Amino acid sequence: MAGRAGSGAGMVEGSRWHKWVFFHVPLMVFVVGTLFPFYWMLVTAFRPDGELYRPWRAVNNTPFWTTQPTLEHAIYLFKQTMFATWLWNTMFIALLSTLISLFCGLLAGYALARLRFPLAGGLGTSIFVTYLVPPTLLFIPLANIIRDFRLGDTPWSLILTYPTFLIPFCTWLLMGYFKTIPKELEECARIDGATRVRAMIQIIFPIATPGILSAGIFAFTLSWNEFIYALVFLSSPQQKTVPVGVVSELIRGDVFFWGPLMAGALLGSIPVALIYSFFVEHYVAGLTGAVKG
Amino acid sequence: MSKARSRVIAGGAGPAAEAARLTAFPRETTKLGTFARLLEDERVLGSLLLLPTVVLLGLFIAYPFVKGVWLSLTSATVGNSGEFVGFGNYVKIWNDSIFQRAAANTFVYTGVATVGKLALGMWLALLLNRHFRGKRLVRASMLLPFIVPTVLSTFAWKWMFDPTFSVLNWSLYHLGLIQTRIGWLTDPTMALGSVILVNIWRGMPFYAITLLAGLQTVNPELHEAAAIDGATGWQRFWRITWPLLLPVTMVVTLFSVIQTFADFQLVYVLTGGGPANATHLFATYAYQIGINTGLLGEGAAVSLAMFPMLFLIVVIQLWYIRRVEGA
Repeated sequence: MAGRAGSGAGMVEGSRWHKWVFFHVPLMVFVVGTLFPFYWMLVTAFRPDGELYRPWRAVNNTPFWTTQPTLEHAIYLFKQTMFATWLWNTMFIALLSTLISLFCGLLAGYALARLRFPLAGGLGTSIFVTYLVPPTLLFIPLANIIRDFRLGDTPWSLILTYPTFLIPFCTWLLMGYFKTIPKELEECARIDGATRVRAMIQIIFPIATPGILSAGIFAFTLSWNEFIYALVFLSSPQQKTVPVGVVSELIRGDVFFWGPLMAGALLGSIPVALIYSFFVEHYVAGLTGAVKG
Repeated sequence: MSKARSRVIAGGAGPAAEAARLTAFPRETTKLGTFARLLEDERVLGSLLLLPTVVLLGLFIAYPFVKGVWLSLTSATVGNSGEFVGFGNYVKIWNDSIFQRAAANTFVYTGVATVGKLALGMWLALLLNRHFRGKRLVRASMLLPFIVPTVLSTFAWKWMFDPTFSVLNWSLYHLGLIQTRIGWLTDPTMALGSVILVNIWRGMPFYAITLLAGLQTVNPELHEAAAIDGATGWQRFWRITWPLLLPVTMVVTLFSVIQTFADFQLVYVLTGGGPANATHLFATYAYQIGINTGLLGEGAAVSLAMFPMLFLIVVIQLWYIRRVEGA
């Protein structure tokens, strides 16, 4: 991916200061601007309350670091709130909805890429269109339906609804992937006597592993981050996911518990950030694949 | 993606292993049961493979959509299915000044944020397309705002915008740029600006990384030839890079416009629609009416008010994809 970029857009032109003004300085501004909120999260999470609520013009205000780091906020989070439960809920829901979406996406993607049957074109287009339906369009009727199905306030309300925005994406990505696999591989297996289903499962799916991984990582981060469905469908504290739990349990009326809030934000972000850091290339492939189709 | 393709080819280049695997199949097709025989039919298998997807999407997308349209035509509230009121809810919200404000806000929010994300994302993509030390690390960390749960990172911003303890105010004050504190989220106009700023921060990496992937397919020789002919960097961008990237840019932008237009989380966390309902978007106002107040019918109508615009964007996108694929 990287090799080619060098000579063209990357051509070094002009003097040293030219490069500083047009390359190093803007890049640094981007890096600082992008990462500062995370740094701020980190500092706040370890800063004792006494320092946190110092007036902004106070002389002894040292906002960018702390001399007395503390774990009190993280401890508060695990002792006084159900943060551990929320983490577990989020993980469980994200994992199951990702698996369901991968299963559906694999089958549907294969069918749309390889098989000819009536309605294939129409179904493909409608799956693409559902990909573009934002959750905020449907959350009110969906809340009603979830209540009718007696799924309200259970993890299943999310495990079954998250696939609505994950499946279209997985299908689209995997369909593109299947199209790059030569048809001959499958035909050989079939000539050798394998059934269509067997050729699909034993020949095509294993080759598509990188694509499945990309789709899976991307789907997992999307469901980890989902907010509005979780906010509307879940009500009791022990059922909540991290984003919703942090919003509803760490703010009392107008009072924000900034220390625990930032500790929660940090700890709630670390799992996805870790997974992401292990699979950056797959994630990026998923991201760009999601757009190109 | 290119890595994946090369692997496919590599897989094909090892015919011995492949052949060994293939001959392992017994002649199963000759002795099949009725069901298995049916699965050999492309039409049957195709429908069967799509069944789980169609069921899930039907139950949780198509059905809610129909139900939403129906709800928006009734006076339903929580625990009361209400009665048919025709376009009553739509007439009511049309004349509702908060709704009008929310609609205007949504267009301003989407417009300004999209231009900001595209411009900054393009700039960052161009910077990342050059060679420098630590490039992989920088590229990976640039995506963080997009990976981290939006609600959680938005809280960091809310804390940075805090009326009393804002670190931004502190910095600007000590740099001598301001004398009194800025009400990032307390002043109505400023609040919308702050929300847009956070949206740009969160969405810009998505543009940058997808555009970067597009940039890497641009042949460097085009730039070299143009440079030899004396074209400036600015000219080369507009004459070479921009036109070649246009298809990717279009798709990314349309995709992001939909997400921005239907945004909820940022406003919900940062301002809750306030101060004095000045920063509501369609989605947050729908939430306030439909969930907080419990007026399901009216809330559904507010959400569905997004539909014509979303529909238009989807049509443009489908049309554009067809055209690009057809060409």
